[in-house]
Amino acid sequence: MLQFSDATRQQALALIEKYPRKSAAIIPLLHLAQKEFGWISEEAELAVAQLLDVPVVSVREVSGFYFMFHKHPPGRYHLQVCHNISCSLLGAETILDWIREHLGIESGQTTPDGLFSVERMECLACCDRAPAMLINDELHVHLTRDKLAALVEERRRQAPPPEPHPTDNHESMET
Amino acid sequence: MPQISLVSKNFQYPDQVELQAALSRGAWEQWKRVLAEKIPPAAIIEEVKAAKLRGQGGAGFPTGVKWGFVPKDSPKPKYLCVNADEGEPGTFKDRAILENDPHLMLEGVAITCYAVGIHTAFVYMRGEFYQPQRVMEKAIREATEAGLLGKNIQGSGFDLDVIVHMGAGAYICGEETALLNSLEGWKGWPRLKPPFPAVVGAFGCPTVINNVETMAGVPHIMRLGAAEFQKLGTEKDGGTKLFAISGHVAKPGVYEMTMGSSLKELIYDVAGGLPGGRRLKAVIPGGSSAPVLKADEIDVPLEFEAMAAAGTMLGSGAVIVLDETVSIPEVFMVTARFYAHESCGQCTQCREGCTWIYKISKKILAGHGQPSDLDLMLDLADNMNGKTVCPLGAAMALPTIGFLKKFPHEFLALMKS
Ligand SMILES: Cc1cc2nc3c(=O)[nH]c(=O)nc-3n(C[C@H](O)[C@H](O)[C@H](O)COP(=O)(O)O)c2cc1C
Ligand code: SF4
Ligand code: FES
Repeated sequence: MLQFSDATRQQALALIEKYPRKSAAIIPLLHLAQKEFGWISEEAELAVAQLLDVPVVSVREVSGFYFMFHKHPPGRYHLQVCHNISCSLLGAETILDWIREHLGIESGQTTPDGLFSVERMECLACCDRAPAMLINDELHVHLTRDKLAALVEERRRQAPPPEPHPTDNHESMET
Repeated sequence: MPQISLVSKNFQYPDQVELQAALSRGAWEQWKRVLAEKIPPAAIIEEVKAAKLRGQGGAGFPTGVKWGFVPKDSPKPKYLCVNADEGEPGTFKDRAILENDPHLMLEGVAITCYAVGIHTAFVYMRGEFYQPQRVMEKAIREATEAGLLGKNIQGSGFDLDVIVHMGAGAYICGEETALLNSLEGWKGWPRLKPPFPAVVGAFGCPTVINNVETMAGVPHIMRLGAAEFQKLGTEKDGGTKLFAISGHVAKPGVYEMTMGSSLKELIYDVAGGLPGGRRLKAVIPGGSSAPVLKADEIDVPLEFEAMAAAGTMLGSGAVIVLDETVSIPEVFMVTARFYAHESCGQCTQCREGCTWIYKISKKILAGHGQPSDLDLMLDLADNMNGKTVCPLGAAMALPTIGFLKKFPHEFLALMKS
């Protein structure tokens, strides 16, 4: 069975304390679980449910509803490209084209080496700096194809040697 | 000049996020004064009412009036939820406050809680706001260490805990009752109203829900006094408003304007007009759920009633500028894709309607549309306009009607015969 590290467990217990009802900590704990395990597996849902002493369906209902919880392992660098109005006016589709041409992946897919995954995103609330994307928890703005190429190259260089990745490409909403 | 710096006054200083720097520029002074002078809570609510502060999250409800709905004699605890879920496409003004002046918002939160008798405030922030979260958590830590938040604040006996609660990627959680369900650990399904959150809100207790920018206005009301603050705006809309302008303008960004300035001024005088000498085609004036305005319709005052009279809405103050090169059916498809993705699925009309409209708009773009598709989309829009649990149905219906009625020729041009 999947276990939280001691440090995460401590953090989780402190989080639970903050709320008048335990169930309110489901989303915060799922965030912790995703940080620790990289994605939300059924075992991760079970671990959260046990810590909170709630039925696992309560956790599963939540993890299924919210877009940020990955039901499959994402790449080491998860590219989330905004394709909403202001970003698409200023070239979001050319950014997604670059990713398709150079990384060979479409929204919802991961490169075979497990390094990059990509997802279409709705408005990131930084439309004045469009087009915008997140790479994991970093915001990147005023994107161009050249800027993206440099960002990807930089991450390729930083990454440790690849490990086999349980690639599981699935369809997300297509355009 | 309609431009003004009140809420945005200190955005220019990178160190404003640090407590010491913020204090040197007057942060938290009104909070300290409220406690030192023991200003009666009811007097603060009256002041906010008189200032004509209206909610800045989109609906424009008078803030002081909302606070007045909270029962005074409830045996239950009361809560404040600050709505920092900012997800309406085109909107990025709350991010500006959260990242540049967190202490201004927190001071507003403290004064609000004191006025309504609240000891726990949740800041519900959208999950993708990594940087705003880092800034806000540090600001709360510093303010608590300095005795401005926490237990027995400034020796007054008043306690206040502020908790940042991160969402997880669902636009619908910006709707206030979906936010409450999400905070409680459920999926973000809006609730039927009544009961209203002021009476039955978070954890079944009376709850005030206010937007980030609304909170940031409160310290300024206390500093200027209601009359002075109200005069910055119009009779019904006191104070100022942050506008987020993006798309085809020379200087996109967040600009603070007095209420009642004109949309045209904002686009041409403040945001530098359209780049490359291109002509204006249309403007989406209040976030993606606001009906579009054509180029010759933009001489409207930026104020709730005037925008409604022009057949659109001020909404969250997000202005998206579309130049002559833009394909309206494409912008419409992007809009429909968003609502189809974000509908919570609870109401059939909204769940199916948004998805159908998105699919039809894609079909038209692919050249397979037929003129009757326009009527079909208007019919679907009518079915969800005002007939659903929450206003997201209307948020898809209104732009559908706007785009199709104002630019039918662009859709028809994509059809073969
Ligand atoms: C679909 C939908 C999304 C919304 N998103 C937000 C949001 O991101 N931020 C916000 O402050 N209000 C949002 N609102 C408005 C809230 O329901 C609510 O009116 C507001 O938070 C109240 O605060 P205010 O009175 O200070 O504006 C949304 C409403 C709807 C229907
Ligand atoms: S209108 Fe749409 S988003 Fe709102 S409750 Fe109904 S299905 Fe959910
Ligand atoms: S449209 Fe891309 S950040 Fe808003």
